[in-house]
Amino acid sequence: MNTFVEEVAATLGGEHILSCIQCGVCTGSCPMASQMEYPPRKIIALIRAGMRDKVLSSSSMWFCLSCHLCGCRCPRGVKPTDLAHALESLATQHGYRVKGTRTPAMYHSFVGSIKANGRVHEFGMMFIFYLRTNLLAALKMIPVGLKLFLHRRMPLMPRKVEGKADLSRLIQKFREVRGAQ
Amino acid sequence: MKEYTYYPGCSAEATAKGLGLSVEVIAKPLDMKLIELEGWTCCGSTPYDALNELESIVVAARNLALAEKKGRDLVTPCSACYITLNKANIRLEDHPHLMAQVNEALAVINLEYHGNLRIRHLVDVLVNDITPEVIATKIKRPLHGLKVAPYYGCQLVRPHFGTDDTEFPQSLDRLVECVGAEAVYFPLKARCCGASLIISEEKLALNLIRKLLDNALENGAQCIATPCPLCQTNLDAYQSRVNSTFKTHYKLPVFFITQLIGLALEIDPIPLGLNTNIVSPKEVLNYIYNPITHSTTH
Repeated sequence: MNTFVEEVAATLGGEHILSCIQCGVCTGSCPMASQMEYPPRKIIALIRAGMRDKVLSSSSMWFCLSCHLCGCRCPRGVKPTDLAHALESLATQHGYRVKGTRTPAMYHSFVGSIKANGRVHEFGMMFIFYLRTNLLAALKMIPVGLKLFLHRRMPLMPRKVEGKADLSRLIQKFREVRGAQ
Repeated sequence: MKEYTYYPGCSAEATAKGLGLSVEVIAKPLDMKLIELEGWTCCGSTPYDALNELESIVVAARNLALAEKKGRDLVTPCSACYITLNKANIRLEDHPHLMAQVNEALAVINLEYHGNLRIRHLVDVLVNDITPEVIATKIKRPLHGLKVAPYYGCQLVRPHFGTDDTEFPQSLDRLVECVGAEAVYFPLKARCCGASLIISEEKLALNLIRKLLDNALENGAQCIATPCPLCQTNLDAYQSRVNSTFKTHYKLPVFFITQLIGLALEIDPIPLGLNTNIVSPKEVLNYIYNPITHSTTH
């Protein structure tokens, strides 16, 4: 891989970054822009300037809500939501530790729950998330959790999912196939 | 009777139980046969897509391959599943090399995907196949002009996998109106509720929820109706957190659109899962059940 631009452009989601004209419609549309050190327009500029560490260690893309307003409004067909996910994937793959956001920990807990159960088990996922981040914060959430539980919306145990074993075998095999090529 | 392969999504059996229950009971009276996909697993999900998109595509592909064999459209009531499955489908179509790798992996569980599946949102099916006009003829208890804020959320309309407008959609408005309710003007109807960041960045998400509740109320809504499991959970279960964080006093019931349709079909509240709604829907139910009291006030 020659440059960071090429590395990003080669990912699913990063394909369109060279089309960006820096108009800023994405940033103007983003409900989280004010929380981001590098909102979408800026992060594309940083990628094109080759600032790999700055981009991949940033918390900015982890604030993306996947609301897709940016991509629907972009006059050049850039999809900043997909780009955010591509950057999150790259940062994860390359072991970047991101400060200032708990979203990576939540995503990891979520994916862990899928792998363990075949479907998401929300109670287990949240339990692991609070263990990983801040157990005290979990205390604050007890009223919400309890309401969900009392309204039969928070089963404590995961379901038995028929396809679970197949799903594990599939993921394993896919890793082998990818690794072999 | 129209037949579909049904993909409930994980939340329809837990945090969005009211969605799962209400979809199942309104299907028959609306002449839809929803046949649940046997052995379905997680759709791939946004978090998985964020951490490892390729693996999330293969997780989606297992469901797509299972559904393709059935030869019917796949229908999901979950907006997040809807875009995850559609996105995986498009990636596989656009990248034959990836499709080949996915199929090589699928072969170990005796599956193969050819890319011939159509993935649809339940709202699309209700509006374009069943149609609001036909639903209106089946209504037994019209909702008497109940003022409803139709809340689409994001992923039903963006990115553009369906037919509705991405900024100012109309499909849900039509469903609200065909059961005799009034869809109020709701400028934020397709703006984000904070999605799963309610867990990791609670305050930021609560602020978005507050804006939505505020916008619905200032336009006279008596309740909100949404098709999205995550939107409903955020607006309903976290409404008390909005109140304690911003010192507000919201008490706005949040229904699944399928629950409102069910009420208009004269289905009882319990089978529609209304007892799983956290902000009490009692006042709205009184309004619907006692048309005489308020017809005199009009």
